[in-house]
Amino acid sequence: MAKRKIDKKKAARPAPKEKPKAKKTATKPKAERPEKIQKAVTKVAKKVAKKKSPVRAEKVKGKKKEAKAEQELKVTALDKLLEAYKEVLPDSLIAQLKEKLSKLELDEGQMKAIIEETHKAYVKALVEPGEAAGTVAAQSVGEPGTQMTLRTFHYAGVRELNVTLGLPRLIEIVDARRIPSTPTMTLRLDDEHKGSLEKAKEVVARIERIAVENVAKSIEYDMVNASFIIEIDEEIAQDKGIEVDFVAKSLEKLKIGKVDVEGNSIIITPETTAPEKIKRLRERILDLRLKGLKGIKRVLIQKEGGEYVLHTDGSNLAAVLLIKGIDPHRIYTNNVSEIADVLGIEAARAAIIKEAFQVLDQQGLDVDVRHVILVADLMTSTGRIRQIGRHGVSGEKSSVLARAAFEVTVKHLLDAASHGEEDALEGVTENVIVGQSIPLGTGIVELFMRFSKEREGA
Amino acid sequence: MVKFDILSHELVPKFFILSKEEVEALRHSYGIRKESLPWIRRSDPVCKTIGARPGDVLKIERSSEVAGRTVVYRYVVPG
Repeated sequence: MAKRKIDKKKAARPAPKEKPKAKKTATKPKAERPEKIQKAVTKVAKKVAKKKSPVRAEKVKGKKKEAKAEQELKVTALDKLLEAYKEVLPDSLIAQLKEKLSKLELDEGQMKAIIEETHKAYVKALVEPGEAAGTVAAQSVGEPGTQMTLRTFHYAGVRELNVTLGLPRLIEIVDARRIPSTPTMTLRLDDEHKGSLEKAKEVVARIERIAVENVAKSIEYDMVNASFIIEIDEEIAQDKGIEVDFVAKSLEKLKIGKVDVEGNSIIITPETTAPEKIKRLRERILDLRLKGLKGIKRVLIQKEGGEYVLHTDGSNLAAVLLIKGIDPHRIYTNNVSEIADVLGIEAARAAIIKEAFQVLDQQGLDVDVRHVILVADLMTSTGRIRQIGRHGVSGEKSSVLARAAFEVTVKHLLDAASHGEEDALEGVTENVIVGQSIPLGTGIVELFMRFSKEREGA
Repeated sequence: MVKFDILSHELVPKFFILSKEEVEALRHSYGIRKESLPWIRRSDPVCKTIGARPGDVLKIERSSEVAGRTVVYRYVVPG
């Protein structure tokens, strides 16, 4: 019995998912449908401007100086008017109002009327408590998803560099995979290095991972002497700024066996001769990092808008942040979980929004950012990145029925039965299953009776 | 090696630790408990940098492409 009670409490605490969603958007009114409002603004502005024409004629007569002073006065009056709305209207709307109104010739009363009308339109456009913001977001992202090409590997700006795009990438983001299938970074250079190709190449040399296999012409295993013979390609090695002696020294550190240099060749004599060990040693030798950062397999230099930008194959945010020549404030990687580890959950949220929106945008799908923002907010609300699916947001719902309705139905029902779980029937899914009215829209309203007051009255 | 100040990265918004009074005012204006806010872990790089401890509430000022600027809050939890 006692256990059941605890279970119920547990279940009640994380309120059903749909409710906070609605609340969240309601308490965050700044992010609502600006298009509508903008239309309203221009409409009202036009209306008022029409009435104004006789006054305008008068003004033309006035001297230039007077007009200038008047203009300044108007701007300060406008600022004063807008100041009162700083708390209720979002910054972007205030800025738009300021820009549009300062161009029109209006008196203070008219400006005030326009601002008031804008405020009215804004409040009207807000999401109401009980609106199914989450469902709308799911549909708005899901439907365009059906139109996406299933398998689109194409080139994002950079030739030669494959980046996963389209539906596979969207699934990757929403599933919060730790490592994306094609990790890539975009590195902008600092003022000193962004201007010249030479300097950009210097930076590339610092980060590009060069292994023995990148500079070796051939590697052979000499059965007679039981040794590896690695021939270094001089041209490539010189281009990458690596000397044969340096390679030999690095190989010595592996502690495989004796290392000798003979012209352009390096001879390693390992202590063991067991065939399977030799095979593994060969891999280790070829994969030995000589220079650069772990994970950065290839770096491409591209000129973008007058500055050189580096695109990498592979990602290593923590290490690249400390490299000289790169502007650390603008480093970007498509590996969201890496961003969460290095820059924190808020940066990861921003990255999820950016990545997901970019994918939709590239496919020519016009999805409002706010739907994507809601998804990102939900994924990061616990301070860690949670995937949307079974092992994350959907799997952590408090209601058994809601979980069973999503995926692996039998497992959830069986577990719930064996643990004696209770369902508080607070969410949407549970109530649909049970056949009650759902807590959305007008259904979200509940009646509470205050017994104490009742008794006082009686 | 000089460590990079993550707070200056373009993806990281501005963080402020709220005082006790501010937290109370916030709770009253929303009518919620602190735990109902979105969370941020103590182990989060930002929390470590600004020295936030579990139980604190952080005010976050993001620049938003739809609203210009938005203010949100996160509750610091252990872990």
